[in-house]
Amino acid sequence: MTASGTTRSGNVIVKYLPVYFILLGIAGLEVFIAYQSLSTVSLLVVLLALAFSGGALAVMYFMHLIHERRSLFLTLIPAVIFVLLMMNMIWSDSFRMLHMRPFAR
Amino acid sequence: MSESEQSVHAYGAAIMEPSPYAIPSRKLTMWLFIISDAVTFGALLFGYGYLRTASSDWPTPFKFYPSILNVMMMTIVLITSSLTMLGAVDSAKAGDKAKASRFLWSTILLGVIFAGLHIREWFGLIDDGVRLFQNPWGSPLFGATFFSITGLHLLHVVSGVIALAVIARGFSRGRLTPGHVETMGLYWHFVDLVWMFVVPLVYLLNLAH
Repeated sequence: MTASGTTRSGNVIVKYLPVYFILLGIAGLEVFIAYQSLSTVSLLVVLLALAFSGGALAVMYFMHLIHERRSLFLTLIPAVIFVLLMMNMIWSDSFRMLHMRPFAR
Repeated sequence: MSESEQSVHAYGAAIMEPSPYAIPSRKLTMWLFIISDAVTFGALLFGYGYLRTASSDWPTPFKFYPSILNVMMMTIVLITSSLTMLGAVDSAKAGDKAKASRFLWSTILLGVIFAGLHIREWFGLIDDGVRLFQNPWGSPLFGATFFSITGLHLLHVVSGVIALAVIARGFSRGRLTPGHVETMGLYWHFVDLVWMFVVPLVYLLNLAH
């Protein structure tokens, strides 16, 4: 195997079939869970957890990040996570809009 | 690698430190584009979450048939296209141009099918009366967020299909290298990755029960 994770002689499709089926399984599981009677918050948490699991598999295996140098991972991923975490500051304002506007019951 | 690239590398090796990431600058540039695009989609999804939370009458219009079934088909098509893209990258690196070309055109075909299913989904909602700033069910901003998020993703798919066609043609004629195919592969997998978040957040949280 090379540094970028390719197989010179083997069939790469067969190699990545397990990841492919896990991603399809996650997509199917999301639809199944969405039809269970969960509260919106519980459903959001479960769906996000599944989406992040699928996303991590795609980034690490399909995009070969797992085969790259760790310095690349440490440069890219923490930066994205930091920015996305900072965006969570909006929630208090969106709940204010729902519960504190003059016409809210 | 082209002759000009080889001469740059030979010259650079003498005077420059090696890349700390051990990848070509083309690939690093694509990674930087991908993280900036991930943040763009993240901002759109957070904006959608803000409006959904702040609205007391957010519509939940997606029925199993046709919307969710259509979305499931789109997901299968897009994940399968990621698999064919992996085949294209591997074949290109192994020097098998014919096989790489077949995989690339298969990926393009799957991308076109995805775009077709996407447009069918849009037309279904437009027939139901959904517009950018109005819909028959509730908060008028539903259409704005739905069409913005899925529209930006569709734009990425269509751009990707066009870029893939250019890469496939250039690679089979010998003008482009396996590195170009690999860099394009990163972009295509990213399009797949974004869809994994769009489906649960935009569709599955808005199911019609």
